[in-house]
Amino acid sequence: MVTYVFLVAAAVAIVFALLAIVHRNPIVNVLSLLVVFFALAAIYAVLGMDFLAAMQLIVYAGAVLVLFLFVIMLLNIKSVERIGSGRPLQAVFGALTAIAIATATVLAIRQLTPSWGALLPGSAKGTVYPLGHALLTSHTFAFELISVLLVASLVGAYVLARKEDR
Amino acid sequence: MIPIPYTWVLILATVLFGIGAIGVLLRRNAIAIFLSLEIMLNSANLAFAAFALKLAYEGHGAAAAAGQLFVFFIIAVAAAEAAVGLALFIAMFRLKETIDVDRFNILRW
Repeated sequence: MVTYVFLVAAAVAIVFALLAIVHRNPIVNVLSLLVVFFALAAIYAVLGMDFLAAMQLIVYAGAVLVLFLFVIMLLNIKSVERIGSGRPLQAVFGALTAIAIATATVLAIRQLTPSWGALLPGSAKGTVYPLGHALLTSHTFAFELISVLLVASLVGAYVLARKEDR
Repeated sequence: MIPIPYTWVLILATVLFGIGAIGVLLRRNAIAIFLSLEIMLNSANLAFAAFALKLAYEGHGAAAAAGQLFVFFIIAVAAAEAAVGLALFIAMFRLKETIDVDRFNILRW
């Protein structure tokens, strides 16, 4: 059952990721990406990583994609170019490079040996407690640094996007 | 519950990374490139999750928790990056009335 959910979610993620990069309408691109993020959240949930599934939905699907939609509607982009249009050399070399990266990664994966065993520790009670504990004990510095980064990006985004008074 | 082999998760991450790489290399609309970049970031997250799963299967619970925390950190950094990147696109659009990256071949200001 878990395996079927994983396979269906993986197929949905791949199909909609393709749709997200080839479709010409930017709104369709963003909404396809939304489906990809939901499928990935389903995969995290199936793997027993419930905290990551919630984060994926709240931060990516809830915040980042809404930002994308805002910007697309703000800039009023009607339609985008077809993928690889007007640049045959760029299309060929770009596709070859992407295929080379994917092949290299597959070759690296084949070096690994698959292992079968128990699910994540504490997955019966959820992963929120162990992750929160680790976040506030062994990873406190990185956790606090994230808040500094978020404030810096907030100020940076405001400074970049505001209208300059002239 | 039958566990899912972590190599399946890695293969899905690879496929998504390849799709995102194709998008980054072939699209010319800056927002489309940014969307493809988000797909690549998510595939990196999925790879982290896969190795956290491998460590959990092998009994390294603390290391598996650290792997999941890395995904959490990457999600936070990606949110910050999305805010700054989209603000940059708005600034670019104000300058040139387009976000086609081929039109941004100036390095003068």
